[in-house]
Amino acid sequence: MRRVGVFVCWCGSNIAGMVDIEQVKAAAAKMPNVVYVEDNKYTCSEPGQAAIQKAIKEQNLDRVVVAACSPRMHENTFRRTVSGAGLNAYLLEIANIREHCSWVHPDKAAGTKKAVDLVRRAVYKVAKNVPLQRASIDVTKKALVIGGGIAGIQAALDIADAGQPVVIVEKTPSIGGHMAQLDKTFPTLDCSACILTPKMVDAAQNQNITLMTWSEVEKVEGYIGNFTVTIRKKARHIDTTKCTGCGICWSKCPAKLPSEFDLGLGQRKAIYVPFPQAIPNKPVIDEKNCIYFKTGKCKACQIFCPAGAIAFDQKDELIEEKFGAIIVATGYEQWDPSPYGEYGYGRYKDVITGLEFERLVNASGPTEGKIKRPSDGKIPKDVVIIQCVGSRDEAKGIPYCSKTCCMYSAKHAILLDEKIHAHPYVFYMDVRTPGKGYEEFYKRATEEHHATYIRGRVSKVYQKGDKLVCLGEDTLLGKKVAVEADMVILASAMVHQPAASKLAQTLGISYDQNHFYTEAHAKLRPVETNTAGIFLAGACQGPKDIPETVAQASAAASKAIGLLSKAKLETEPLVAQVNEGICSGCLWCKPICPYKAIDGKVIKERIAGGKTIERTVASVNASLCQGCGACTVACRTGAMNVLGFTNEHILAEVDALCL
Amino acid sequence: MKYAYYPGCSLHSTATEYEETTRTVCATLGVELAEIPDWNCCGATSAHATNHLLSLALPARDLAKAEQMGLDVVAPCAACYNRMAQTIHETKDNEVLRHKVSQVIGAEYQGTVKAKSLLEVLAADIGPKVVEAKVQKPLKGLKVAAYYGCLLVRPPAVTGWDDAENPQSMERLMTALGAETVDWSHKTECCGASLTISRTDIVAKLTHDILDAAKAAGADAIVCACPMCQANLDGRQGLVEKTYKTQYHLPVFYFTQLMSLAFGKEPYKLGFARHSIDPRELLHSKEIA
Repeated sequence: MRRVGVFVCWCGSNIAGMVDIEQVKAAAAKMPNVVYVEDNKYTCSEPGQAAIQKAIKEQNLDRVVVAACSPRMHENTFRRTVSGAGLNAYLLEIANIREHCSWVHPDKAAGTKKAVDLVRRAVYKVAKNVPLQRASIDVTKKALVIGGGIAGIQAALDIADAGQPVVIVEKTPSIGGHMAQLDKTFPTLDCSACILTPKMVDAAQNQNITLMTWSEVEKVEGYIGNFTVTIRKKARHIDTTKCTGCGICWSKCPAKLPSEFDLGLGQRKAIYVPFPQAIPNKPVIDEKNCIYFKTGKCKACQIFCPAGAIAFDQKDELIEEKFGAIIVATGYEQWDPSPYGEYGYGRYKDVITGLEFERLVNASGPTEGKIKRPSDGKIPKDVVIIQCVGSRDEAKGIPYCSKTCCMYSAKHAILLDEKIHAHPYVFYMDVRTPGKGYEEFYKRATEEHHATYIRGRVSKVYQKGDKLVCLGEDTLLGKKVAVEADMVILASAMVHQPAASKLAQTLGISYDQNHFYTEAHAKLRPVETNTAGIFLAGACQGPKDIPETVAQASAAASKAIGLLSKAKLETEPLVAQVNEGICSGCLWCKPICPYKAIDGKVIKERIAGGKTIERTVASVNASLCQGCGACTVACRTGAMNVLGFTNEHILAEVDALCL
Repeated sequence: MKYAYYPGCSLHSTATEYEETTRTVCATLGVELAEIPDWNCCGATSAHATNHLLSLALPARDLAKAEQMGLDVVAPCAACYNRMAQTIHETKDNEVLRHKVSQVIGAEYQGTVKAKSLLEVLAADIGPKVVEAKVQKPLKGLKVAAYYGCLLVRPPAVTGWDDAENPQSMERLMTALGAETVDWSHKTECCGASLTISRTDIVAKLTHDILDAAKAAGADAIVCACPMCQANLDGRQGLVEKTYKTQYHLPVFYFTQLMSLAFGKEPYKLGFARHSIDPRELLHSKEIA
């Protein structure tokens, strides 16, 4: 005979409004094993929890059922409550009579009946519960940051400052990310490089930070506190211990190519650093375009290198390292606006994207900061900026707002006026400027810098002489407008990195329909993923500007620091367990397990007649198991059970609901 | 290759030269045309401005007849093609609507045949290579602006056989004939279509912009694939010149006329005399005809 206590919560009127609490109490009192029933206005409150602890002691309860909200909300709260009263935390069951009942039913009688059913289910199940113990595991005191943009740099600096070692893995030759490509930053117009490069240098010089540029994450195994990560260090063909970054090699290299950093507006060599402030200031050789790699001749860089640092025969290296926490900070890409045939991007040289404009206006860019249009180098007089190119357009597959474009378009308008006294025209759908100092910044663009804002979409851009005619509608006036521009800037959407979904699969984290990584809870757990020990920072989770990215990076870092500062980690005991006696060793469970937690093992067994035989049975690695239960469904003999959710538990619940 | 041929009202009246040269070109390329018996008007703008169901039922009756013939439909007129394609698109995954339409036309419409524009058949299905092989008199030195108008390639979800903003199929055909094409801005702008009667001022403005852009791009002539476009650009050119005090003198061809000419057909049989802007002078000066 168990001694079960049932605690029914009103949740103010959330539950009590649609469920007759008295009826539920009366029904619960008649259920098997139930010796005590109580109701509370808010069971999760301090007096509510104290009432449970008091009842456990006074009524000598050995099992507890709380009929309240979803276990996702307060199961952990109530586990702490019962263990505070000396009961094992797993001798508790939650009946969800809020999200699954009162919130979704319009009829009180039916709602009450369902609440009674849900309580009965929990009462039957709790009778089968047994005490479970948490185990503890070690934590590797080192963090991995994937992505070396501003998000990754900030997260790494914070972790390093807390005294923990960090490795930054960056796929391009330098850290810096998109922020290094920007000219000025809104709303203060300070130069992007001026505020970014000191942080890049800090990251390079910090004793706790190891930079691995020109490297990519290849494989991730393990679990929270104990990830084993394989990193591909791509061949740089440079001996970085010898290279001084003097730059003779790239000045002598004869192979000229469009520069990725300048978005094809400028050139680089086959041996190159992507931009002057690159960190590390050591070049890479682009194997695909290097004359030596293509023809076997040239070697100009090797001939001229005073340090003897060129290493043509260098190969990719695979490095395996252990980490306790991982921060994903892989950022975004700018969307290619070619699908808008009507804007003529790719057809007309003077139709450029916002990021391309950043390079045009930047002092270290291809025009040395002089805003010259790409076609003929003329300084534009009238410039049209088109907002929401891709963003908020389901027909182009991007339903969301890219969040940053209204502000950077206002910035471009200001820069156009300030630098070359060009007249900016901004076509917009809505101007969205939530953020500190943002609305004021937009006002400055219109009032001090005379930007002409036109509410409406551009329907077509076409060449007329050396002008680009932008046809559109001014929806406030209800009139067609045609603006003859010298240059057109498309505020193109922020989209996921092309390999975002592949990395998500490598890491075992989830992503949304737009291939942005999904946080564990949209409001309350914004930097955690659903995979324990992996955190998110920056635009890989969704479009963000710099202040928001930096804030999120520091938040992710503090989560990682919290994890790394623990001596041991407690594990959930709700994992799969094999009953070896009836396991047939078929191992159907093995390929079904998404966490690679199951393997076969050989056991010795004495059988009738005193003989000993050897046979294979399934074996679960409790540290890897997440308790999803897939194996229990696959198991033909019923040997596999998830603790806390055994077949016996499920059958008890079915009995409670159906009999 | 055999198609159910839907001429539509224009090809039997104001655009007989389009009809004649369509038949000439198809015969040369081995495309058999079987005219849909007892066909009716596609409804054009009037129907869909009046009643949505009517705008679907009118083309559906013609499509149902093509279903009985077991042939896909080819329509040389851009408006007819667009109405048919729209009907197929809207009823494709909507059994209820298809049933309603069938009730209205008093015959079962199942949605089993496709509708294609003549340009799509000749430029995409037959292709410029086959066309080039039939050329006897290349249109050397003739610089044309290929004009698609608004209905031939839009909306992309309904048409989808060429780029909606910068289509190229007519250019490829013209190049195969030996003509030169210009890159220009107004190839998919609207000519004003049937507003030519009720709001002549609007058509004058729209055709002015198109003619202006073609001239600025250096074209000797415009080539089109729609009887409304041809009627407006050719027929209203005099009005535009008077209103805007300009001079264009841009002949407006059907693409089938130029194909027939390049295939070696006698020029006097191609209906040039029916044009408002007589193209023969231009063709003589280029020694093409």
